[in-house]
Amino acid sequence: MAAPKKNGQQTVWFQNPPVILATATIVGPKEGQGPLAQTFDKILDDNYYGEQTWEKAERRMLLEVMQMAMERAGLTPQSFDFMLAGDLLNQIISANFVARDLGIPFLGLYGACSTMFESMTVGAMLIDGGFAEYVLIGSSSHYATAERQYRFPTEQGVQRPLYNTWTVTGAAAMVLARQGQGPRVTHATIGKVIDLGQGDPMDMPAAMAPAAADTIARHLLDTGRKPDYYDLFVTGDLGVYGRELAVKLMQQKGYDLASRYKDCGAIIYSPEQDTHAGGSGCACVAVVTCGYLLQEIKAGRIKRMFGVATGALLSPTSTQQGETIPAIAHGVVIEA
Amino acid sequence: MTQNLDSLPAEMQKKQYEQMIKEVKPRPPVIRNVFWAFLIGGLICVIGQVIFNLFQDLGLSKLEAGAAMSSTLVFLAALLTGLGLYDEIAKVGGAGTIVPITGFANSMVAPAMEYRAEGLVLGVGARLFTIAGPVLAFGIVTAWIIGLLYYFFR
Repeated sequence: MAAPKKNGQQTVWFQNPPVILATATIVGPKEGQGPLAQTFDKILDDNYYGEQTWEKAERRMLLEVMQMAMERAGLTPQSFDFMLAGDLLNQIISANFVARDLGIPFLGLYGACSTMFESMTVGAMLIDGGFAEYVLIGSSSHYATAERQYRFPTEQGVQRPLYNTWTVTGAAAMVLARQGQGPRVTHATIGKVIDLGQGDPMDMPAAMAPAAADTIARHLLDTGRKPDYYDLFVTGDLGVYGRELAVKLMQQKGYDLASRYKDCGAIIYSPEQDTHAGGSGCACVAVVTCGYLLQEIKAGRIKRMFGVATGALLSPTSTQQGETIPAIAHGVVIEA
Repeated sequence: MTQNLDSLPAEMQKKQYEQMIKEVKPRPPVIRNVFWAFLIGGLICVIGQVIFNLFQDLGLSKLEAGAAMSSTLVFLAALLTGLGLYDEIAKVGGAGTIVPITGFANSMVAPAMEYRAEGLVLGVGARLFTIAGPVLAFGIVTAWIIGLLYYFFR
């Protein structure tokens, strides 16, 4: 017999949909010059944020958004049953160190750039399963920390290819609660790892687009919903050209999303900012969801959205050893 | 229009997808890139020539002036890297900034700055050659081979 809260193969539904009580976002200077600048809570003046290293700066951003979100919800660390967080750095040090400072029972999660939605999914399950009243969720990324780990030193003179995306500097936090006022998480579709043989670490959109399309199509099949049930489909960090790939893949599967589909990476920067294909990184989907998208939901302009956060599950070692890039996409339904 | 990937066997899916990517993927503006690489790479060489001539005017021999010119270019590239400008130039100049000796200087200074946070020995010391290392290794190997060939076939 199927599990009572499972819909189809990969989707879960929540009997008492958890509430998004509060969110907070911080972004770096580049993101602060982008078209979504007004939707962020805080914009940094420089990428070091007064710290000695970029890793410390990333950690400080994550800690501050966590504190800001708790404060907005009128809660203290003691009120939380769990903290769920993750980031891109080896052994998810940003999340681990912030958890050390906050002292909340902690589950570290890693889904590369899909970590925020992976955390929301697990958090919503914990709440609806009766294991938690309040869950604190967060994720962060930093252009410089990601570049040095995955690619080149920051000051290295390289010509980035036009299909390359730019890692978003930022952090976002969310308070999920069993009760209260706010948008609710009603369903989650957990992605499968998909690999269509793409191996270029400079071209993560191509690796991730099939995972996004797979999760969206699976969600629609599992729930029996038509695309027009949602006002908006959102993917995490496919960027401008990855979004086009996803549109094409969805067309092949028989769905036409183009008119109601946005990609966070494609909207976080303007073309003049010369990031090439757009934004990526854990913070990309996190700050756009916790900022712009939830504000649109609160303003009533979006009633139901299906967000899919995409992650490229590679490591520098796997790339050097000639492996292709496995990718994942986790979907979450948020309703006003 | 390619057919639905899901209905195909795995290897076909990958091929079809590769085709789809080719249609969508932004192509590099080759002509523009080549033009700028030529211009900026050439400019670096002209600057080198000017420095070379200046040193010769100051009374250095041809060999000495060459060494002094190289050191000066390396210094300038290191300085520009430190000021955060070299990567901005390279963004436009591409290979034009990588091929001359200045590119080599940049590839040493950039990791040195990057890994300073991990300490002088295990950070800067160990990582200094992460990018220049292969160039050195294969450069030296090539020199050996050429040296051997020269020795036997002279």
